[in-house]
Amino acid sequence: MSAATQPVRRRRLGRLERPALAGVLVREVINFSSYWRSVTFSSTVEPTIYLLAFGFGFGALVSEVAGYNYIDFVGTGTVATAVLFASVFSAMFGTFVKREFQRTYDAILAAPVDVEELVTAEALWIAIRASVYGCTPLLVAMVFGLDPSWGMLVVPLINFVTGFGWAAAGVLISALMKSIDNFSYVTSTLITPMFLVAGTFFPLDELPQWAQTLGWFNPLHHCVELVRHAAFGFEGWVDLAHVGVLLGFGLLMWRLSIWATGRRLVD
Amino acid sequence: MADRLAIRLRGVVKRFGPITAVGGLDLDVPEGTCVGLLGPNGAGKSTTMKMLTAQAIADEGEIDVLGYELPGDSKPARAEMGVVPQLDNLDTTLTVEQNLRVFTYLYRVPRAERRDAIERALEMANLGDRRDTRADKLSGGMRRRLLISRALVHRPRLVLLDEPTVGLDPQVRQELWALIDALRSEGTSILMSTHYIEEAERLADTVTIMSHGKAVASGKPSELVARHAGGEAIEVYGPPAKLREVEAEARAGGMSTRRTGTSVAILRLEDATNGGPPEGHRRAANLEDVFVLLTGEEIA
Repeated sequence: MSAATQPVRRRRLGRLERPALAGVLVREVINFSSYWRSVTFSSTVEPTIYLLAFGFGFGALVSEVAGYNYIDFVGTGTVATAVLFASVFSAMFGTFVKREFQRTYDAILAAPVDVEELVTAEALWIAIRASVYGCTPLLVAMVFGLDPSWGMLVVPLINFVTGFGWAAAGVLISALMKSIDNFSYVTSTLITPMFLVAGTFFPLDELPQWAQTLGWFNPLHHCVELVRHAAFGFEGWVDLAHVGVLLGFGLLMWRLSIWATGRRLVD
Repeated sequence: MADRLAIRLRGVVKRFGPITAVGGLDLDVPEGTCVGLLGPNGAGKSTTMKMLTAQAIADEGEIDVLGYELPGDSKPARAEMGVVPQLDNLDTTLTVEQNLRVFTYLYRVPRAERRDAIERALEMANLGDRRDTRADKLSGGMRRRLLISRALVHRPRLVLLDEPTVGLDPQVRQELWALIDALRSEGTSILMSTHYIEEAERLADTVTIMSHGKAVASGKPSELVARHAGGEAIEVYGPPAKLREVEAEARAGGMSTRRTGTSVAILRLEDATNGGPPEGHRRAANLEDVFVLLTGEEIA
């Protein structure tokens, strides 16, 4: 067959196109209608249990921590816990299942969607969810006496930025692991310590210097501080630094998750 | 023959570490035709399919799809083609209609045309009365029909079918063949990988037989049969010792043979020089003869 091919056409589509992101997001939104109950349950009930357990358990022993009423301290702190749980675990398990078991990503990448768009849209969607779920501890704490304040209105935004970083981190972890069983290594060595040593349940400034320094490398710590300051008063440059760290964490995880997912999905 | 090509591969090589899955493949799919990619398991068919959507990147060679150069311009190419995967990857907790709706977004069907696109796909898949059924409640055949129609919501100019009827019973396969045939008659270009010879014979205008990552023969099914397996064949049954004897005799007489498992098929009876073949069941040579002759009797 010596037939000539068609003249080479060039219609390079851009990167991070809106229709591609929208396509992946719509798939998530439509799927969400079939499983929202269970996700909403686990994403809100778990942090609430932490809040109540620590709030009442420790609250009986200490009334004030770092200048805050303890229920106020924990109520604002567990926002970060809720964001973490709603983002990193959804991303780890969700993307692994869609990539390896359901083969959803093969179908999406056969459509005009690139890995970069796929990962970005998945992280965005999880971040949106985490942003909303992250507000439950505040609402629960209000029932137990936390005073509402205007600053709390930026909490969803803080949650979104934090949730995006952790969602991307979850995608990255999922792409680096050969098996879903290996997730427990990451959970035990990385996520659990970060969740405990973030200033959520006890302030970091009582810890030895090295632990405080480590705390600064914990993105969750910056979320905890920001949410607390949003509720009780911002602290200028310090909070800007917190925002900077969260944005940097998000950016780094975003690029790494795209790179790692590409390696797994494109031969 | 169409003078434009929907797919053009030249010298395409794909390696996975020390294994060469595709080793210098040339392949043409003229526009508006159905090309069957035939080969045993491990011949490189699925890898070839993945390279056409840039889900695998070739190490060497040229790939043009719908006039776009891959992998650089794969995205606009993907926008104009539909892909039916070998593994069912429907969203199982969504309804038939929801599955189709998701794909109208992924394939950028304009908002005003989405509803029509979904209705058309439902009709094509004959799933109109199942639109609200969850995908995991469908039968195997229905799921396959949904999988195919899902790839067609945006009226692609080119459709890739990877083993479209693998593992399905004969009635369902016939149903799907009718669907694919209807698509072909509308002028859609199709590349279909399969290891079912009958499927290729029925649906494909031309067939490319792959073995060990290369195209070993290419052409219309009838031409391939005439060229590689001759006109008439006879199948001789008997115990293994007798079959070996028959084989040796036939080869000495200028005919070629192949094992079918239970018998020896003696091919090219018309070339016989030693007074004719032994008793047996006479039949026309077919594509399966070509397939086995060219890809080997034993699966590596």
